Amino acid sequence: MQKIRLLLHFMKGNKLIYIGGIVAVGLAIMFAVITPLVLRVTIDSIIGNHPLDIPEQLRPIIHSLGGKSMLAQKLWLCGLLIVIFTMMRGLFLYLKGRWSAMAAEATAKNMREQLYDHLQHLHYDAHVKAKTGDLIQRCTSDVDTIRVFLATQFIEIGRAIFMLVFALNIMISLDLSMTFVCMAAVPVIFGFAFWFFIIVKKTFRKVDEAEAIMSTVLQENMTGVRVVRAFGRQRYEIDKFDIKNSTHRDSVYRLIRLMSWYWSISDFLCMAQSGVVLILGVYWASKGRISLGTLVVFTSYARMLLWPIRQLGQILTDMGKTFVALDRIEEILNQPVETAEQNEYKPMIKGEVTFRNVSFAYESGKSVLRNISFKVKRGQTIAILGPTGCGKTSLVHLLVRLYDYQKGSILIDGVELKKFNKKWLRKNVGIVLQEPFLFSKTIKENIRLSKLEAKEAEIFEAARIAFMHDAILDFEKGYETLVGERGVTLSGGQKQRIAIARTIINNCPILIFDDSLSAVDLETDLAIRKALKERSQHVTTFIISHRITTVSEADHILVLDEGKIVQSGTHDELIRQMGLYQRIWALQNSLEKELA
Amino acid sequence: MNTFQEQTYTNRFDIGLWRKLLRYAKPYKKSLITLGMFMIGIGTIDALFPLMNKYAIDHYVVPKSLEGIAWFVALYVLMICLQTIIIRLMVDTAGKIETGICYDIRKDGFQRLQELSFSYYDQTPIGWLMSRMTSDIRKLGNTLSWGLVDCVWGATMMLAITTIVLYLDWKLAIIILSVVPFLAIVSVLFQKKILHTFRHVRKTNSLITGAFNEGLSGAKATKVLVREEKNLQEFQVLTGQMQSSSVKAATISSLYMPIVLILGSIGTGLALWLGGEGVLAGTIKYGTLVAFTSYTVQFFEPIRDLARIFTELQSAQASAERIFTMIETEPEITDSQQIIAKYGDVFHPRKKTWPEMKGNIAFENVSFAYKDGEKVLEGFNLNVSRGETIALVGETGSGKSTIVNLACRFYEPTEGKILIDGIDYRKRSLLWLHANLGYVLQTPHLFSGTIKENIRYGRLEAGDEEMIAAAKLVNAHEFIEKLENGYDTEVGEGGGKLSTGEKQLISFARAILANPRIFILDEATSSVDTETEQIIQHAIHKVLEGRTSFIIAHRLSTIRAADRILVIRQGKVIEEGNHHELLKQRGYYYRLYTNQFMKEEEKKLGITAYGL
Repeated sequence: MQKIRLLLHFMKGNKLIYIGGIVAVGLAIMFAVITPLVLRVTIDSIIGNHPLDIPEQLRPIIHSLGGKSMLAQKLWLCGLLIVIFTMMRGLFLYLKGRWSAMAAEATAKNMREQLYDHLQHLHYDAHVKAKTGDLIQRCTSDVDTIRVFLATQFIEIGRAIFMLVFALNIMISLDLSMTFVCMAAVPVIFGFAFWFFIIVKKTFRKVDEAEAIMSTVLQENMTGVRVVRAFGRQRYEIDKFDIKNSTHRDSVYRLIRLMSWYWSISDFLCMAQSGVVLILGVYWASKGRISLGTLVVFTSYARMLLWPIRQLGQILTDMGKTFVALDRIEEILNQPVETAEQNEYKPMIKGEVTFRNVSFAYESGKSVLRNISFKVKRGQTIAILGPTGCGKTSLVHLLVRLYDYQKGSILIDGVELKKFNKKWLRKNVGIVLQEPFLFSKTIKENIRLSKLEAKEAEIFEAARIAFMHDAILDFEKGYETLVGERGVTLSGGQKQRIAIARTIINNCPILIFDDSLSAVDLETDLAIRKALKERSQHVTTFIISHRITTVSEADHILVLDEGKIVQSGTHDELIRQMGLYQRIWALQNSLEKELA
Repeated sequence: MNTFQEQTYTNRFDIGLWRKLLRYAKPYKKSLITLGMFMIGIGTIDALFPLMNKYAIDHYVVPKSLEGIAWFVALYVLMICLQTIIIRLMVDTAGKIETGICYDIRKDGFQRLQELSFSYYDQTPIGWLMSRMTSDIRKLGNTLSWGLVDCVWGATMMLAITTIVLYLDWKLAIIILSVVPFLAIVSVLFQKKILHTFRHVRKTNSLITGAFNEGLSGAKATKVLVREEKNLQEFQVLTGQMQSSSVKAATISSLYMPIVLILGSIGTGLALWLGGEGVLAGTIKYGTLVAFTSYTVQFFEPIRDLARIFTELQSAQASAERIFTMIETEPEITDSQQIIAKYGDVFHPRKKTWPEMKGNIAFENVSFAYKDGEKVLEGFNLNVSRGETIALVGETGSGKSTIVNLACRFYEPTEGKILIDGIDYRKRSLLWLHANLGYVLQTPHLFSGTIKENIRYGRLEAGDEEMIAAAKLVNAHEFIEKLENGYDTEVGEGGGKLSTGEKQLISFARAILANPRIFILDEATSSVDTETEQIIQHAIHKVLEGRTSFIIAHRLSTIRAADRILVIRQGKVIEEGNHHELLKQRGYYYRLYTNQFMKEEEKKLGITAYGL
């Protein structure tokens, strides 16, 4: 039920079109079902001698046309009626096709956009852990499974039901025993189809497994091509693949063999049913119990009814797949998002930052930061140093609320961090992440990602500060160069520098560089820092780095270890203290000794 | 190097391509002929059913007599049974052909993948190759067998119906069949249009997949740049495009079937009108009239299938084209005919003729450029004597991997030559070199299967004792024994059930077992805990002993231990010597050392600091 509710949720706003589609199917079926009746009346009463047995309301029309004998003169009218009915049927079929596509596509659009938006707003942590391939699979092929179901099979089920209802109505009005004969096999065929598709599921699964195993061998062979070649194991690999390839072939063949029983038996049932209708019909017609026209109608209906029912088993299996797809999509949408809380506090931020006894642990319970306290005045530069895994990155992530601290408080300009509107905060606290991601857009677009209205001069300026302007101009297309998958491949240092440019373009009062210059060489590192300093005296800056030289110029240095501040002070103070900082400094100086 | 681009394919019918496909159909010639016969049978019987109705009406219903109906029933039952049996056999045969052809093409494809050079793998994403080998081949096999089934069935039935109606009443038949040319014209027009619109839909669809991919990989950047709304807006442009183009495509294709139906109904209407007049005039029997009205419906039934097959054939052709581009790619690095005659090929080596390798390697004026013209090495010279350990140091893209790949003959020099034991390696067989090569990758690659199978990959004929000895030598034995099933533990896909460090140890054991003369180590930067790190270092030293080795080095300890360090920058050796000599030069190595390797030291410091 819940899945259906989810589906209805996605279908919202398109219900009318869906209903229109279903009505169109109904009308199309109605016209399909009454066409054989025209044949019957023509054969029995216009060509033959049976009295006209058509509904009372229609009799005056026939009369006004000159009655039965007149119609016999104008048989083309009957032919035309068939064409007109079919045209109506065609019209409604077309409307069904168009409307169901419109509804299904609108639903798919809804799903895609909701998924996309939801994914964007997932917590930072969720993105760290995300399995991208699986998520993409869900957002694309699962959405498509649902779309196809809505566009075609959903309607197909409606078609089968309408067909049954309409045809049954007319058949019963014509002859009850013939109706019974005509319908006898329907439950049998339906039951058989249903039963078979349950039975065959296991074989389907085996095929899937065989294919998965074969794909694994293939994939491993290709990803490990260097290993295969280096050991000269081509022959061995071919033999290995051959076994999986033939197992796969055999399992598919086994499935088809099973299907061959299905198709032949269900065809047999359909043909037998048609045969019984014909023979009993002929028998009764020869006895005068039913007319020739009625016989023709029943043989047509037998054909119309049986074949779609045979497909129903398949449709029901596909419906199962649709529900699985819905499940998988629901799993994504059930993940919590950030927008759950909305604060409207959006003040001007000056840049004073205070940490007071801040502690933070990941959900897993692993404690990362313990009792962190420090204060930074507006415009100061603060450097954070420490071994890998000491909590440096977590500390700055807290400041933009990629994670939330559990104890203590962080204040910006004296206001608790959690009071700020999250997006406003992120707009004001610029952070350059450790591993920058560039979008497959032009360099220019990448730099003005967060400031769309930026003028060219601003973009150039930002690139200049990041020491990237000249390098960009060296590209054939300059700032219009496409980066990413479809464009040029940039080096790690170039990526970092573009990431810096796109962050500083915003003139944030607080800037964070999370080891953002690691792939840049020392001189460039120095030049960028100098340019940054010149640009603005009032920006509060956090720098995480491994380089003593980078760190040494900061107004204040924090040395972190195991989630605690073990030392803090200026470079000159710290090198005189026993401790980690001194040792790292000594290590970097020890190079000199090594050379001696 | 990222030059790979999906080629665009024509949608015209490509006869040459289908001729190539015939090669794969050939082994199934008999089955295919049988299948064709079955389909002719099924189509004919299908066309005969309305004729049975006609017979019953004319002989039993109209005269109101049941004389001889037993025979009629018997014949009807016989037809049904015959049809059932043929359908059963037909599906079976088609399945045999389908699976057989898929198997054959896959086999050829896989063989070719084993021969293709690395340059091919560099330019072709594995995902692309995977879809060629799985879905494209499946699609092709499917269309080849079932497409044929539906085609022959449809054609037979239409032909049989035409024959029957002509036989029943040729004048009426000709009038009714006059709608067929219109049908043909409409079909061709629509299919072209439908194909075109669906291609557009597919293109947009791949853009959407790309957008999801980028949205997810760039999610962190999006968050800190507060780009969520703008990204969604951009995405909505795509989904909007997708919606409108899909609806357009669906609209056009849902216009087609109604038109076919209406054309058919014109035939039915004509049959009713003219046939009815014939009945009134006494020139046509009732049964014939009924048969005509059924046939005009039945005749159009295969059209839907034929239209579908037409579209499927188009996409199968595209699949076939992609598969054949792969299968027909010639490997760039192969042995000459003479060499193969002497030493055997990759699949059938003649090991007895192989000379023993000592392990001296020399690069003589070697230049190398990628296909796209990107030069990596120029006039490179290097002499490595037997047993020497060379560490290659430099930034990503500096050319160190290329040097190693050239030494392994994964690539061949575009100019100059590489000598092994004083002889150009192109004068020896590829497999000879590779059989003497040990290779441990930065990211260790294991195959699904047990640990035992993975170690034995190094030397297939090795016994358990040798295998365990190799594991012991690299200190892998201990952790393997601790696993539940010991050496028979399944490592999972790509070795996924083991940790990176464990995978590395197994790949070392595998290399040791191969007992190579030349050893290549593409060192890992990935972090493992200190204890494993030390075990791995130990393993490395064991492996390197007495072998000529190249190390693409990242770890300071490995670099320090090397006999010679080559600092590579832009395809040239800019500095050469051991660690101390290089530091003294105060050049590039010095800077690299301070930038990159200091981190490693700091990390260690961090660990010791914990003890304070």
